[in-house]
Amino acid sequence: MCANSARLGLVWLWLSIINVSAAEFSGQLSMELRGFSQDAQYPRQLNGLQTSIMLAPEWRTYLGDNIQTALIPYLRVDARDHQRTHADLREAYMLYIGNNWELLLGVNREFWGVTEARHLINIINQVDAVENIDEEDYLGQLMLNLTLQRAYGRFSFYLLPLFRERTFSSEKGRLRAPLSVDKRRADYEHQDQQWHTDLAFRYSHYRGDWDMGVSVFHGTSREPHLRINHQQDALLPYYDQISQLGLELQYTQEAMLWKFEGLTRAGQGHTFLASVVGLEYTLFQAFNSQADIGFLVEHLYDGRDRVEAPQTIFQNDLFLGIRVALNDMQDTTMLAGMMRDLQNESGSLRLEAERRVGDSIKLELETQLFINAQHDRTVTAFKRDNFVTLTLAQYF
Amino acid sequence: MFNPAYQQTCQFLCAFILAVAVSTPLGAQDEIDKGYAISQRSDRSDRGFSDTVAKLTMTLRNAAGAESQRSLTISTLEVADEQFGDKSLVVFSSPRDINGTALLSHANILDPDDQWLYLPALKRVKRISSANKSGPFVGSEFAFEDFTANELNKYTHKWLRTEACGEFSCDVVERYPLYDNSGYTRQIAWVDQSAYQIRKLAFYDRKDTLLKTLDFLDYRLYQQTYWRAHLLRMHNHQTHKSTDLVYSDYQFKTGLSDNDFVKGMLKRVR
Repeated sequence: MCANSARLGLVWLWLSIINVSAAEFSGQLSMELRGFSQDAQYPRQLNGLQTSIMLAPEWRTYLGDNIQTALIPYLRVDARDHQRTHADLREAYMLYIGNNWELLLGVNREFWGVTEARHLINIINQVDAVENIDEEDYLGQLMLNLTLQRAYGRFSFYLLPLFRERTFSSEKGRLRAPLSVDKRRADYEHQDQQWHTDLAFRYSHYRGDWDMGVSVFHGTSREPHLRINHQQDALLPYYDQISQLGLELQYTQEAMLWKFEGLTRAGQGHTFLASVVGLEYTLFQAFNSQADIGFLVEHLYDGRDRVEAPQTIFQNDLFLGIRVALNDMQDTTMLAGMMRDLQNESGSLRLEAERRVGDSIKLELETQLFINAQHDRTVTAFKRDNFVTLTLAQYF
Repeated sequence: MFNPAYQQTCQFLCAFILAVAVSTPLGAQDEIDKGYAISQRSDRSDRGFSDTVAKLTMTLRNAAGAESQRSLTISTLEVADEQFGDKSLVVFSSPRDINGTALLSHANILDPDDQWLYLPALKRVKRISSANKSGPFVGSEFAFEDFTANELNKYTHKWLRTEACGEFSCDVVERYPLYDNSGYTRQIAWVDQSAYQIRKLAFYDRKDTLLKTLDFLDYRLYQQTYWRAHLLRMHNHQTHKSTDLVYSDYQFKTGLSDNDFVKGMLKRVR
């Protein structure tokens, strides 16, 4: 009986596959050049230029109206940091789309949140930290995800069976803690270690000018503690079990966007609150030009336990940013931001700019400078790591 | 999105108004009534299209003649109630670096539209301000409002005259935006008297100077009822830049529903 249904299932799958109604291939190949203006703070860290290439092809198929698949492998090869050379499956899933429900099985990425300076409540995917320090690159996460769409909102349930460890650069890498992280010796609060199945839920809806989301997560923290080993020559990641309740809100008032993200988390010392609250105001067609200029202000608060919780640099910080979109044929955009710790006056300046060249090549420039880094116990490790990154990406 | 379309027998009332209007000299109120009736007849000729999916190529041309192209797919869901606007989804496939970028719009009549942008690199859905009515749409000569403000009740209307337009005889109707943040003081529409389709639109900027002209060409009839222009040619008289929109693969009544136009579905656009 069981073998029969399995056989039927296979036949059905095969029929679906030969009946592919559309297939798409796309992706990008990029070259990255990162330069550090100062020599490194710690022995064995690289100096000067760091080059790498990245390849991310994408295959998508549409089987009739109801089934979609995606496959996105990811590879970065770094000439100088062997741990930054890494491969990942960003996405590899099959999605069934019902009338007012969806079921997804496989590896996927999910983004939650509304704010710019910190993606506080975004928790499904682990940060691919060797990619960039801006925490906007994520590893694929294996999941079973059921979504129900109703007139009064969208309900998403997640079963996350396999935990992904955060990536860390080798001892040669810059922009790291004073000691390198020994990933092979990661430890977990839960006995199931990375096999622990995490649970998540999100409700989201919009009404008029309001967009909102409420999310719950229970499982392995994506943020590790970094504990020094017995030999005192490496850091070992330790992942707690946490429970988290998140809220995201945006009120869109003409050219002004009011944004809020907040969470309360238990499991890392005392239960704490963290929030990002801010606004984004855009001057459209500024000064009689075609360009839009946006102004961003966000306040970041994080009340976590200083000893029992993983470190954060966002206890009480102010972010100011300016976003410029030229609205030209090349889609030229720039984002300049300043983050400042309101207690210890450490901070950083960051500039990102991008422009299309020709039909399918994009040129990106990114630079970050650390200011008063020595005043902050975490950022002080980056005090000599001011960098400029130039990326040339070919899209296909 | 552009649904200038419309052929359906005129309702009794509007036929009556037209008959009266044509037969007597017009006062100011009559011109307004007649203008509204013509625009309404044009709008109603498109009633019942349910939904459409079409492919679109945009060709942007600067004053020096340099060109840049974008390819996109537009899905539109008809919202029958004239007090609400239609819903639309635009998904880009080229330039390749914006492949998968999507814009979801729920048009409102006088309130600002609701718009969400989907950025595939981060798989992020962003609610964006729709105050940006007059800004350029993806660097083209089309403003956001040129796409989303084609609802009848977003304007007051005034009949100006009847004149020949190409092979047709057209009613010339001036319309004034009622919604906030428009870049236009007025638009002038040439609406033909046989199929009731807009053949040409002239846009006047905030200083009431002629800014752009849009020609609607290559109309084709679908399902014996719905007209769709397949070439839209926008020329900016002040910058001498232009944008051509070429529609292809128009599909009607594909079975799309409200659930295909909720913000949550943006994540599976790609």
